[in-house]
Amino acid sequence: MDFAGYDPAGAGRNRGIVSAKIVIAGGFGVGKTTLVGAISEITPLTTEALMTSAGIGVDDPSKVPGKETTTVAMDFGRITMAQDLILYLFGTPGQTRFWFMWDEIIRGAVGAAVLVDTRRIADAFAALDYFENRNLPYVVALNHFDGSPQYEMDEVREALAIASDVPLVLTDARHRDSVKQVLVTVVEHAMKRLQAEHGRGYPAPVG
Amino acid sequence: MDQRRDDPRGALVRPYAVTRGRTEARMDVAIEAVLSASPTAVVESRFAGHDKHRIATVCEGRAQSLAEIAAYTRMPLGVARVLVADMVTDGLLTLHTAAPAEGYEGRMEILERVLSGLRRL
Repeated sequence: MDFAGYDPAGAGRNRGIVSAKIVIAGGFGVGKTTLVGAISEITPLTTEALMTSAGIGVDDPSKVPGKETTTVAMDFGRITMAQDLILYLFGTPGQTRFWFMWDEIIRGAVGAAVLVDTRRIADAFAALDYFENRNLPYVVALNHFDGSPQYEMDEVREALAIASDVPLVLTDARHRDSVKQVLVTVVEHAMKRLQAEHGRGYPAPVG
Repeated sequence: MDQRRDDPRGALVRPYAVTRGRTEARMDVAIEAVLSASPTAVVESRFAGHDKHRIATVCEGRAQSLAEIAAYTRMPLGVARVLVADMVTDGLLTLHTAAPAEGYEGRMEILERVLSGLRRL
């Protein structure tokens, strides 16, 4: 496009309000929506994306006959930090068959927290695998449920094969202060990662 | 009560009918990108159709992300994205940039602001 003053893609764009997002990942029923609800200023909302179910896990859905539309739901919350700064918390769809959605959810995110239920530790493997293969900074948060087995943090780190440079924290997803601490850890970890990348001189793109 | 979602027969209108079948948005709008309505947008959008008018009403007086717009209007994300992109092009909505993904200083500044915002909670 070379028409003077004609800029449809740039129309109406504005730098006025910046929004950032943190992704809350983990297995189905681990407490992602509880965590978001504990700190969000709005009751967690659900947004739905339409997907072609036959295409799940298939590289080229157009080659699959008998496509059916399915709905994938994700929950999210909002924290208005200033007139020009909003933080969103996005929970990933819990069912593993919807993980293809995660690429869009994590694009441009500050970082992620993988929530782990110590009673069903194996449910976290798939989420951890996902983030190990992405460049997004993430932390692992053990959600403490009443009556859940108490493990030493070192045991959990070993059982989940969490890399030594990935922060591991204990949380109670129902409590605001505890959730706040998880989010602070995510942002601090992201800052450290960014500083390290900057020091090496080649920041890698997220995603 | 959300009849559209609970009705086992499904929605009466196929989702992308409101976009006249278009599934590609005119511009990339991130799910967390925030949009605000111009002061006259609510009135003007009456002539842009029912769904765009609902979107303008949601954004009136409070900036909302694409995800919030989709949730409040009960539209699938992809449908809301197409309509929102049209409305930005038509000057009914202002699209604010999501956090910059490039540049050390820009990214660090956002992280610092988010961190101090969290600590103030």
